[in-house]
Amino acid sequence: MPEPDNRHVVTVEINGARKTVAVEARRLLVHLIREDLGLTGTHVGCDTSQCGACTVEIDGQAIKSCTVLAVMADGASITTIEGLTDTGAELSPVQAAFHEHHALQCGFCTPGMVMSVRQLLRDQPNPSEHDIRHGLAGNICRCTGYHNIVRAVESLASKGYQS
Amino acid sequence: MNDTTAIRHIGQPLRRREDFKFLAGKGRYVDDVRLPGMLHMAVLRSPHAHAKIRSVDLSAAKVAPGVRLVLSGKALVGKIGPIAPNWVIPGSKVPFRPVVATDCVRFVGECVALVVAETLAEAYDAVGMIEVEYDVLPAVIDEEVAIREGAPQLHDNAPDNITTIYKVRGGDYQNAAREADHVIGLRVVNNRLIPTCMETRAIVASPEPDGTLTVYIGSQVPHMHRRWIAETVGIPEHQLRVVAPDIGGGFGAKMHLYPEDLLCPYLARELDAPVKWWESRSESHQSTSHGRAHTENIEVAFRNDGKILGLKVETLGNVGAYLSNMASGGPTVNTINFGTGTYKIDNYEAISRVVVTNTVPVDAYRGYGRPEGAYIAERAIDAVARYLKLDQVEVRRKNFVQPAEFPYRPYGSMGVMYDSGNYQGLLDKALAAFDYDGRRSECEALRGSGIYRGIGVAAYTHMCGMAPSRRLAMSGFDRGGWESARVSIDSSGRATIYSGSMSQGQGHITSLSQIAADVLQIPIEDIDIVQGDTRQVQAGHGTFNSRSMAVGGSSVHVSSQRIVAKAKKIAAGMLEVDEKDVSYSAGAFSVPGTDVAPVTFPKVARMAYVGHKLPDGVAPGLDETVFYDPTGMGAPSGIHLAYVEVDPETGIVDILDYVAVDDVGTLINPRLAAGQIHGGVVQGIAQALYEEVSYDPDNGQLLTGSLLDYAVPRAEHVPNIRSHFQETPSPTNPIGVKGIGESGSIAAPPCMVHAVLDALSPFGIKHLDMPLTPPRVWAAIQQARTGASR
Repeated sequence: MPEPDNRHVVTVEINGARKTVAVEARRLLVHLIREDLGLTGTHVGCDTSQCGACTVEIDGQAIKSCTVLAVMADGASITTIEGLTDTGAELSPVQAAFHEHHALQCGFCTPGMVMSVRQLLRDQPNPSEHDIRHGLAGNICRCTGYHNIVRAVESLASKGYQS
Repeated sequence: MNDTTAIRHIGQPLRRREDFKFLAGKGRYVDDVRLPGMLHMAVLRSPHAHAKIRSVDLSAAKVAPGVRLVLSGKALVGKIGPIAPNWVIPGSKVPFRPVVATDCVRFVGECVALVVAETLAEAYDAVGMIEVEYDVLPAVIDEEVAIREGAPQLHDNAPDNITTIYKVRGGDYQNAAREADHVIGLRVVNNRLIPTCMETRAIVASPEPDGTLTVYIGSQVPHMHRRWIAETVGIPEHQLRVVAPDIGGGFGAKMHLYPEDLLCPYLARELDAPVKWWESRSESHQSTSHGRAHTENIEVAFRNDGKILGLKVETLGNVGAYLSNMASGGPTVNTINFGTGTYKIDNYEAISRVVVTNTVPVDAYRGYGRPEGAYIAERAIDAVARYLKLDQVEVRRKNFVQPAEFPYRPYGSMGVMYDSGNYQGLLDKALAAFDYDGRRSECEALRGSGIYRGIGVAAYTHMCGMAPSRRLAMSGFDRGGWESARVSIDSSGRATIYSGSMSQGQGHITSLSQIAADVLQIPIEDIDIVQGDTRQVQAGHGTFNSRSMAVGGSSVHVSSQRIVAKAKKIAAGMLEVDEKDVSYSAGAFSVPGTDVAPVTFPKVARMAYVGHKLPDGVAPGLDETVFYDPTGMGAPSGIHLAYVEVDPETGIVDILDYVAVDDVGTLINPRLAAGQIHGGVVQGIAQALYEEVSYDPDNGQLLTGSLLDYAVPRAEHVPNIRSHFQETPSPTNPIGVKGIGESGSIAAPPCMVHAVLDALSPFGIKHLDMPLTPPRVWAAIQQARTGASR
């Protein structure tokens, strides 16, 4: 197959490792993460940027990776769900709180939800229940009814969580 | 004394054993499957609700970059298909459904042609190059319109667009209506929903070097998919391996046979390469089954004191363009059999018509028919309370089936039997948790100051785990009611359990381990659960109908019992005592009252495999497989209460509190059980307040075609759910469990509607159909105010 002439070289630091790939201009960051880098913990749950399953951290900011073209991420530092446990088998505090409070069922929305919770607590270390529910408005969970996700976030806040 | 209680996990709120991989991003869903040389399929879908296909031009797509194969429906005629339903109510007319449309399309989203290419982007690009000429036909999307004279007809063999007529009758409704003080009618709509698993459907079919085919599919029913794919594609069943990896939610949508489930296996064999299909979300809205979509006309006859004497129901179940997998059973057996709910209504007459329309096929969605059935009973009794100006709680109490009446057959039904229950107990517990009297006073007090609060009540019961097998034949259900489990002990005494159930998030690894650990009396860490691979798991029916604990769990329980029974024989031989003198608890076989040193389960397991000292007649090995066919079905029940405030200026419904008290029999894991209630209730609230599939009635275009238009609730749209339980063990299985997955989505819709209607009662509003969106509520208030001022 002839090499398409619209390939662009993109270099990202992902979970601490530097990666360079050539992508089509139309490639979304989420597909670079999943297809080119094989990090399948970041999920695609919709095609209108509604569900938040693809949320990752770009330069420390939680962003839906389906809203970013791969070429726009050139030079960025990205953390995906895999990056939270890379140092070992220990779960990070947000992940551990999800386990503790049964804040996941099918697990599909979980990676994006965890990323959004980290952002929420960075922005609002002492959120009210309303703040939590509003702060997670960009992530859809169909299994838990959100009840236990809210409990997990409340417990993190009460323990003075700092990401 | 029962020695087997020494290790006791049932009833413990254990944290999930399966969490780590999901939290670490190591869950493996079908879209994560990557195979060398894998090709990608994309589907061209009909843009019309009803049209004749005049021509399909594939020429441009065939020469597009990366394209390996392009096919229209005609190329598949006689090769694969048709897609046949698996539950066919006797007397149903089954429309012919090709895998890919050939001459006619009957809903927006129906498969018209397909492309296989080297990348997904190339496949999508080529799909856009296929030219199809259509002759557009009149479409019908509404079930009431579809059965009228002169409506567009979908299928030659289904006159008036009706595939199935099903009737239920008990007592004498006409006589009850004559004797009643009042008879009122109401028409209720059960809005069409999209199940919306966060993981859309996906499938990878891969030819293996030995000539077999492996199919990765997010299936709630892996063994059923193996049978259906084998029969429809023409592959011997034993040469097909179906693997269901982690599943991102199912809710009933991932247990049917879809065109793509057949196309990928067929194309993989044709091209001798793995072929993958992944469904985009917008595609999912027009290709994965929808739920509900009923209209019910109800008549209820009752006395001045609120006692209901009779109920009459006419159901129209809209099933979309074809009879999907279970579609003839949902609006019929699953709905009107349960129309009397928790109430003793001896005179009952119901008829259900299953109606085809130019819409996405409708099939199972969390509760399937039972939410619609409970909605009938609940809306009827609430209407009675409203009509007589009686308290909604007291009217229910007066009509409840009494605890002493179980097992109870409503209206003398032969098919429905509620095995156990205590509705009064549920109600008392719910009222106390909710502070019903206090809140009732609060509602009344606030109304004077223009604050409109309301309380909703709903009761439900239903039946879980369709069984026993021999009874399913009568309703045309072409599968058994059993579940299978194999408990295999290794030579170190650890267990691997192969279960035919299939978790989609329910947490079976944890709950089935709890069941097994209690019988096997070994640490839960020594138990592994295997599901979702037809080459590993001997047989199964999978997970639907809240059956996994009642049927799948019981099969694990019974096979574990057989392990212990055999281990006891081996232990007796090792201890050189009579088997009946051996006692087993906490992993040790002992002889009570003697100083004989106990032998441990691992040592017995080792003996089973070395076979050096086995008693006569005991074969080596410690490995038991059970096909557990229940004798009956468990009937969960519950009372839910909601407290809402409606803003009359905006129509926004604010949910102030929600209390659920559910009786699902023995609780295996209260933490996971509450999680099932939370999720189910929120899906029910979603139906009541937010979600509705919209079609343009003139041309059948799907208006809620993406998550931009279809209102799946976010965290801020729903309340905390206060979940409580009452445990009335089911006598139908050895664990006493009933079923829980569907409870929330059955109870919440009527509960929410009643709460809003209660809040709006000062306006004289007596009826609203779901979803109770702000515009709908606001318009009703405006209309009431205008009407009042006239």
